[in-house]
Amino acid sequence: MDDFFAFAWERIIPTLDAGLWTSILLIVPASLFGVAIGVSVGALRVYGPRPVVKTLDAYVSLFRGTPLVVQLYFWYFALPYVRIGDFALVLSPMWAAIVGFALCSGAYQSEYIRGGLLSIKRGQLRAAQALGMTPFQSVTSVVLPQAFRRALPGCGNEIIYLIKYSSLASIITVSDLTGMGRSLAKSSFRNTEVFIVVGLYYLALVTIASFLLKIAEKKLEIPGFESKRE
Amino acid sequence: MDDPVILRVENIVKTIGGQRILDDVSFSVKKGHLKVLIGPSGAGKSTLLACINFLSPPDSGTISLDGKAVDGKSRKELLALRQQVGMIFQDFNLFDHLSALDNVRVALVKVKGLDKRAATNRAMEELARVGLADKSTLYPAQLSGGQKQRVSVARALAMDPKVLLLDEPTSALDPELIGEVLTVIRDLADLGMTMVMATHQISFSASLADEFLFMERGRIVERGAPSQLLARDSGSRTQSFCAKLSELAGDGHCEIAPAPRA
Ligand SMILES: Nc1ncnc2c1ncn2[C@@H]1O[C@H](COP(=O)(O)OP(=O)(O)O)[C@@H](O)[C@H]1O
Ligand SMILES: [Mg+2]
Repeated sequence: MDDFFAFAWERIIPTLDAGLWTSILLIVPASLFGVAIGVSVGALRVYGPRPVVKTLDAYVSLFRGTPLVVQLYFWYFALPYVRIGDFALVLSPMWAAIVGFALCSGAYQSEYIRGGLLSIKRGQLRAAQALGMTPFQSVTSVVLPQAFRRALPGCGNEIIYLIKYSSLASIITVSDLTGMGRSLAKSSFRNTEVFIVVGLYYLALVTIASFLLKIAEKKLEIPGFESKRE
Repeated sequence: MDDPVILRVENIVKTIGGQRILDDVSFSVKKGHLKVLIGPSGAGKSTLLACINFLSPPDSGTISLDGKAVDGKSRKELLALRQQVGMIFQDFNLFDHLSALDNVRVALVKVKGLDKRAATNRAMEELARVGLADKSTLYPAQLSGGQKQRVSVARALAMDPKVLLLDEPTSALDPELIGEVLTVIRDLADLGMTMVMATHQISFSASLADEFLFMERGRIVERGAPSQLLARDSGSRTQSFCAKLSELAGDGHCEIAPAPRA
């Protein structure tokens, strides 16, 4: 056991700390882009013109209907071969991962946003208009505060998933937590110890994120909007 | 009868999906008067009320407020009109994320531009008027139907409307909660609020209304003083409709036609 702690302290933790930073640089932009995509796509799927709605529905089906690993392979390995004229886009492993996670996460986020927007009864918009509010005022002071509360638990869960599936970045050669852990396990032959600690790192990330989300939800809680998080 | 006309509705036509929902509807309301819209469900009462504040813009016809015709094409005029015309909905339409106080206050701040303190004072005044001063911190989910409707009345009154439109304000309420809302409406009528109300509460409104307008298939097919239309031998559509309603409700209130408001 002492041996485990010594090994963890001297080898695993320094190695993983480098990977942890990479993981954070991956998770934060991917989840921010994911939320931004989710909000835009979700709003357009509710209020947009029909052709836009159809197109975005197709986007959501595509990204929810294919494995994330396949999507990552596409962005990293296949995209450079997709030529438009003379131009081909080559993404670094990091950017391929961010794009892949953001687009996939955005598809799921848009579902929660869409649900949140749809849950607001039309009558409240009519009441806002009847009081003389402009459409912009009605949306910002009536629709969004409610849609946001309704969508928050789902969007939060999605960010937690993103933290965990960020580990897939290692399969397209990103040296994130999982990637660094795997190299160390290979070179030291101490799979058990290494992967236990890798797991604990993710657990810590998820715990911190859950804690922050819970605070946000508590701050925004209102009777009639109690969140039901699974 | 020399009260000035506040609201004039002329030749309103509204077509939805190729169907004529309102067919050449005209009436006017004088200051301090209450007009009551009666008629079977689907007659077009809600649509008519929504045309008055352009929530559902009329295809043709004129709405005039205080003698000035409203230009439905001008966004600015529409917003100004809606500020001056209060609306009460059948299912309350309170803002679910705001307390009773904020429900009343939000438009005072956003639309009327009052500062927060003035808005708070005004909102509390209106909540007190409908008997809900002690419920100001509660959210819609914590209020009964009758309380919600009274908050929505306070919300509309806080804007100082020239006219109040009420679309079946008690139809979504449990029977034991109807009375508290009717009391508020009676107080408003007594205070001289100008109102147009669609309702099935015929015997209640007979004592307050200056005129009944009976609607059917998008037209006003009968109009007159409640006492006249409800007289047992009047043979009016209103009388037979009222008799049918009271028979269904089993309260036999229809024969009584109290004296109109002085
Ligand atoms: N948005 C709409 N789309 C289609 N038909 C409508 C719409 N709104 C109202 N109608 C129709 O207009 C008629 C009048 O409706 P409404 O004004 O609600 O009547 P009332 O309030 O007297 O019950 C009904 O036949 C209804 O089906
Ligand atoms: Mg109606």
